Amino acid sequence: MSERAAPLPEIDAEPMIGIIVAFIRSQLEQTGFSRLVVGLSGGVDSATVAYLGARAAGPDNLRAVLMPYRTSSPDSETDALQVVAALGCQSERIDITPMVEPMLALIRGEETLALQVRRGNVMARQRMIVLYDRSAAFDALVAGTGNKTEALLGYGTLHGDMASAFAPIGDLYKSQLRAVAGALGVPREILVKPPSADLWPGQTDEGELGATYHDLDRVLFALVDRRWTTERCTAAGLDPALVAWVAKRVARNEFKRQLPPVAKLSLRTPGIDHLYPRRRPGSRRGS
Amino acid sequence: MEYRIGLAQCVPRLGELDANLELANGWLRRAAAEGAQLTVFPELALTGYLLADLVPDVAMRADDARLAALSREVPGMLVAIGFVEETEAHRFCNSAALLRDGELIGLHRKVYLPTYGMFDEGRFTRPGDRIRTHAVREPVGRIGLSICEDFWHASLPMLQAQDGAGLLVNLAAGPARTPGSSAGLAAIAGWHKMQDTYALLGTVAIAFCNRVGNEEGLTFWGGSRLLGANGSTIAQAPLYEEALLVGALETDDLRMQRYSLPLLADERLELVRREMDRILAERAGLPPPADEDEP
Repeated sequence: MSERAAPLPEIDAEPMIGIIVAFIRSQLEQTGFSRLVVGLSGGVDSATVAYLGARAAGPDNLRAVLMPYRTSSPDSETDALQVVAALGCQSERIDITPMVEPMLALIRGEETLALQVRRGNVMARQRMIVLYDRSAAFDALVAGTGNKTEALLGYGTLHGDMASAFAPIGDLYKSQLRAVAGALGVPREILVKPPSADLWPGQTDEGELGATYHDLDRVLFALVDRRWTTERCTAAGLDPALVAWVAKRVARNEFKRQLPPVAKLSLRTPGIDHLYPRRRPGSRRGS
Repeated sequence: MEYRIGLAQCVPRLGELDANLELANGWLRRAAAEGAQLTVFPELALTGYLLADLVPDVAMRADDARLAALSREVPGMLVAIGFVEETEAHRFCNSAALLRDGELIGLHRKVYLPTYGMFDEGRFTRPGDRIRTHAVREPVGRIGLSICEDFWHASLPMLQAQDGAGLLVNLAAGPARTPGSSAGLAAIAGWHKMQDTYALLGTVAIAFCNRVGNEEGLTFWGGSRLLGANGSTIAQAPLYEEALLVGALETDDLRMQRYSLPLLADERLELVRREMDRILAERAGLPPPADEDEP
């Protein structure tokens, strides 16, 4: 009997939540901060991070920042506000439309996917600018909302939504996130709606990626976590075209997961042979 | 006779030697109050784990006055604690000191430095080259120290058992993987199986102290344990939480276990050595050692 590519292993959400909450507290403690900001889109990822952040730091120490663009779905905002109400955290709404329109006016030409992606990148990076400013104003760290599926597929904007102080859900696949979100009490509407970056009307992640997260995560789990070859994935019943596409995409996006290489010239070079923990003794604020 | 052992399942502060000496002092006082005769700390308890290039900043000599002072705070108690050692020749090692009343009774330098997967120890510290046991006056036999990954090599605890250890003490900093899945539980179960097996085959008691807390993205899982010489679990600390676990070994158990299950005495070390010599010669492409017994 040939080996079957099993679905992702069942996870028990509670221990994972415990570890992530301790991780967030540890990040705060090591840096000397007590507050967090999170960009709340109305989607499951940022809602999950908001719930985790509220649990780790307390709702008073969490500020959710809603950053709609004029074409953003009104449902996204409704869902985000539901999270704010449920958590009792602080929130603010900052419309990025007037900030991005002058830049978007420069992006002209034949209407192609590349053009849409460029516009999406502008929005993602503008949100990063807002979020980092709000973090300074609120004296807080920016909690990242990227998940493992996005990181591996490079489905995110460098210096945009990928920018953060730490990544609490960065080692959870999208299809594992729902279990964690459910256990945290994230509203059902958010759990069941189709994931979307909401960068243009009608956009859905699965439409854009051309496969369901369920299928993508099975392939990623086999290739990455189990270290299977593409041949073994295929022999185990995974779709050969999808396996090839995913493998290529993971490889092509390695650059998004690493710091830029430094041309080594000196005896000791940051990132090459000047290697320290991110938080060194004495680096904590107020220490 | 009862022998009380404390396992300080603590959260060291990364790179903060002075703060960790303070913390260790607090744990020792609590352990003393609970009657511990030996207190074990985790690997690198005085420095934290993910040090990278902080290694020279936190290193100290094994005869450092601060180590001696720490143990003098708890008169009569044995203390096993992990630190970064700098030898006289400026070799930087992940070491464990065994101290009492300010005196260094034993020292172990981590022999197996994991440098694969999420581990990068061999990049920043150098391996030890001794597997020894240490004489103590307690009725537990000699003590064999080891550090975390050392225990993933069965030769080390088995050599220590042969060398007279009645108690194996492992200081660990084990990071969790896939918590909340069967694979994560299996990883912890792997550690437990291994300890159970060493206790059983070595007819030796085991004190395993694993740290907790977070460093960077790593979460250490704790679950420190005390096992009797028959492989039974005497006490076990919770996962992920700080805890001082104090349990009592019944030292007569070692004696009766070794009478009823004389595995160590039956071991044919000369045979092991002969076969080891042959394997080593074969690997090196040398002629096999003379074998007088061969017909």
